[in-house]
Amino acid sequence: MNLTELITSVDYKPLSYYLTDSFMLPIILKALAVGLLVCLCCSLLGVPLVLKRFSMIGDGLSHTGFGALAIATILGATGSAYHITLPIVVIAAFFLLRTGENSKIHGDTAIAVLSTGAVAVGSLLYNFSNQRYQEICTSLFGSAGIFSISNTDLVFSILVSVAVLVLFVLFYNRIFAITFDETFAGASGINASLYRSLIAVLTAVTVVVGMKMMGSIMISGLILFPALAAMRLCKSFKGVIICSVASGVFCFLAGFFTALCVGFQTGPMVIVFNIILFLLFSVISYCRNAYNRKKKA
Amino acid sequence: MALLSCKNVALAYDGATVATDITFDVNAGDYLCILGRNGSGKSTLIKAIAGLIKPSDGQILYGDGLTASRIGYLPQATVVQKNFPASVKEVVLSGTRSLFYSKQDKQKAEETLQLLGLSDIAKHSCSELSGGQLQRVLLARALCASSKLLLLDEPTAGLDKLVTEELYAIVNKLNREQGITVIIISHDIDTSLTDATHILHMDHRMLYYGTSEEYISSGQAKRFWGVDK
Repeated sequence: MNLTELITSVDYKPLSYYLTDSFMLPIILKALAVGLLVCLCCSLLGVPLVLKRFSMIGDGLSHTGFGALAIATILGATGSAYHITLPIVVIAAFFLLRTGENSKIHGDTAIAVLSTGAVAVGSLLYNFSNQRYQEICTSLFGSAGIFSISNTDLVFSILVSVAVLVLFVLFYNRIFAITFDETFAGASGINASLYRSLIAVLTAVTVVVGMKMMGSIMISGLILFPALAAMRLCKSFKGVIICSVASGVFCFLAGFFTALCVGFQTGPMVIVFNIILFLLFSVISYCRNAYNRKKKA
Repeated sequence: MALLSCKNVALAYDGATVATDITFDVNAGDYLCILGRNGSGKSTLIKAIAGLIKPSDGQILYGDGLTASRIGYLPQATVVQKNFPASVKEVVLSGTRSLFYSKQDKQKAEETLQLLGLSDIAKHSCSELSGGQLQRVLLARALCASSKLLLLDEPTAGLDKLVTEELYAIVNKLNREQGITVIIISHDIDTSLTDATHILHMDHRMLYYGTSEEYISSGQAKRFWGVDK
């Protein structure tokens, strides 16, 4: 099968169809808005999470989200079922932060335990639902995601982005201080664990809102890649934050429209664009370092 | 009243008592060096003064408008991750604790950078700095937090001899010329005895507290460290 056949074998519709059809356009715009807002939150929250070595929290939370969605499905809830998924994932976020602090179960172990546990229980629970394979696929990979974005999703994505933006605009200096040196921040009277909890809770909400569209195993990539890519290029914290947001938003737009054009899933496509950008930035950073070394020598 | 006074302070770490009955005063302009072997409770005392932990008994009182959060603290061996993207200026500014940096904050950071000879590398990333440069940056951050009291926890750990002497010279200059009070934990006995005005010698309790001249003349310096001045 050649590429053209492959692309036409999945239900291919030209981009113009989505943008001119009066039934499809509002659906696409809603998905675009939710995706952009989720990517904005992910790329902002990703910077302190990656720098504080908490990047696996996003992963643990998204797998918990899969389990939570399974529970919601067998309870007969439709859509994202925020009243069931949100509390579960937020509680998991607090659990992961706590275990990071005490030493009985280390943070990374706790996350692995939670991730596999949630996926195992979640997969088994889908046996009680009628169309289990389709549902597992949608939940994990976000296959039909963008066509099922509801108004509730839109409202939640707006709420969480406002909260994330307020945190990062008003308390930017605090976030820098605790990310760079928690001991010093603590000594200067900053309540570091309060900010850590805030970041964890907002990550939990972002993961829950984003997982329908991106797929629960893809969402943690959106948290990691923009921050990692930005860290290749920028030397200052402010630079990294701005570059991370720009990369996250750009990769989402590129991935979203490409996926729409060829009829592939949105989440994996966005991640692929993130990987490409990360590699590109790595090459640029490598060349720049080599050039600087040469100039010095 | 004294800038800082500890009254019968007892300290516990993870539930275990590490030091008891510590009583001393620090006056403005003093240079106090805390001596003692590893595990004698020095760092715990510093953390208590910085307000990071509460003494299990006794009181730590701050005078002259000082509060625990207004102390220029340089924590022990701050491990800055390789690749942490933070410019020197960003780190130094973060000492001011402001939600938004005002003109005064920026000016203060600028002056501090100049004072410590860091102006040229203000835009460099912390991950590109040598150990000595990084300690000077963290000292600048501490200075931005306070112009009254510097609290330095083994600032020269891991630095070579030359850079160590350079850093002590800076601290000494800050104390003598700017009148900044200094409390420092150090293992360099010679430099400590020359620079410090006061010595606090700890071993889970106070073995000695007083001026450094007396510490030397009473023969205690020689007895503990084999130093003869």
